[in-house]
Amino acid sequence: MNEKISIRDLKFFYGTSLALKGINIPLYANKVTAFIGPSGCGKSTLLRVLNRMYDLYPNQHAEGQVMFDGRNILDPDVDLNLLRARIGMLFQKPTPFPMTIYDNIAFGLKLYEKLSKSELDGRVEDALKRSALWSEVKDKLNANGLSLSGGQQQRLCIARTVAIKPEVILFDEPCSALDPISTAKIEELIDELKHDYTIAIVTHNMQQAARVSEHTAFMYLGELIEFDETSKIFTAPHDSRTQDYITGRFG
Amino acid sequence: MVDHTVRAYDDELMEIGSKISEMGGIAETMLTNAIDALVKGDTDLAQRVIATDPKLDAFEREIEEKAVLTIARRQPMAIDLRALVSAIRIASDIERIGDLAKNVGKRVVAMDGQFAPQKIVGGVVHISDLALERLHRVLGAYAQRDVNAALDVWQHDEEIDQLYNSLFRELLTYMMEDPRNIGFCTHLLFSAKNIERIGDHATNIAETIHYLVKGETITADRPRVLGAYEPLILG
Repeated sequence: MNEKISIRDLKFFYGTSLALKGINIPLYANKVTAFIGPSGCGKSTLLRVLNRMYDLYPNQHAEGQVMFDGRNILDPDVDLNLLRARIGMLFQKPTPFPMTIYDNIAFGLKLYEKLSKSELDGRVEDALKRSALWSEVKDKLNANGLSLSGGQQQRLCIARTVAIKPEVILFDEPCSALDPISTAKIEELIDELKHDYTIAIVTHNMQQAARVSEHTAFMYLGELIEFDETSKIFTAPHDSRTQDYITGRFG
Repeated sequence: MVDHTVRAYDDELMEIGSKISEMGGIAETMLTNAIDALVKGDTDLAQRVIATDPKLDAFEREIEEKAVLTIARRQPMAIDLRALVSAIRIASDIERIGDLAKNVGKRVVAMDGQFAPQKIVGGVVHISDLALERLHRVLGAYAQRDVNAALDVWQHDEEIDQLYNSLFRELLTYMMEDPRNIGFCTHLLFSAKNIERIGDHATNIAETIHYLVKGETITADRPRVLGAYEPLILG
């Protein structure tokens, strides 16, 4: 299996406190990798490292290597705009821009590419189709993105992300604010998206991790406790701490 | 093992486990009584064995319902998921064991006090002692989650098979000797076959315990004895 991203001995600091204590994990190309663990275990921190989100905050820094197609993305001279175009991210709460559905997607496209109106229309439509939202919004592309339901807003954000053709998509608890039907739609979408992208997902929902991912990493107190095939983690995990966590026996 | 954060979850799993033990106890008693009835030609006792069987059926249904409910309610993972799947499987094996003991009881009723030389009956008793001991040990292994004890049961199934094959040959000689022996010999043969099947179910339970504790199925082949007459015999 081809490693799209290789995380090697990754340490992360919030000021002086060590939040990730030397993590080694591969993200395999065109696979879904789930990160699970109790709050504060470092899983969201890890996701934030993968597209250098932490750069926005002073006093936070990472050490080690995150190799992405042969390049360490932690290097200071990495172009962050380009990096974030290649590694997109989705959050717990949908974050559509306060503009039309069309512009929510076109906005990012126009930043990165020079496109004619008809090319732009095509790319917007394509992105909305990929995020399984097209049939629901095709007649109201000029409506405000914020007028959509929560689940639709989340899919709009996915459309916005895929429009600029990233290689990796990071999902940070993408469904925790959604109802079961919207959650199912997002999961169905993740299943589709992995044909074209490499996906990492942080989730508190164990069943969701079991459903959508091929590999699962269990983290605890800034350490990687266990990384294995998802089928193994949820039926017969190796480490007793993993077992205690996923079976609801923790602490 | 550490308790669940939700204590009711532990209670549910414990209850299912203790129901299995209770079921196992009933099945053991049924087999003991069926053999006792066979040795003594005690039709009343045999009838009581037959009458006990619906109780096991009800237990199996109850365990299955409780396990399904717990799966729906708790979405179990890892050891808990394996415990519930195992409970359903083991309950079904014990229910079959009850059926087979009941079948022995039915044979006793059908023989209706017909004379059977104690020497031949002794062979059936011997098989049944082995099967009972195996059943007892495997149920103990389940209660203790003792994978080594389960493996021991699993590896020694061939003793019962061997005994069954030699008993089969012995009964054939009686039948060839005098056609009047055919009646009781057939009943004894079917009884022995039922008991041999009980041994197989004990082996199934041992395999389930291995899966429950280790999280993987046994892959090695179990030592097997193929009897020369095996293809002729109806289950």
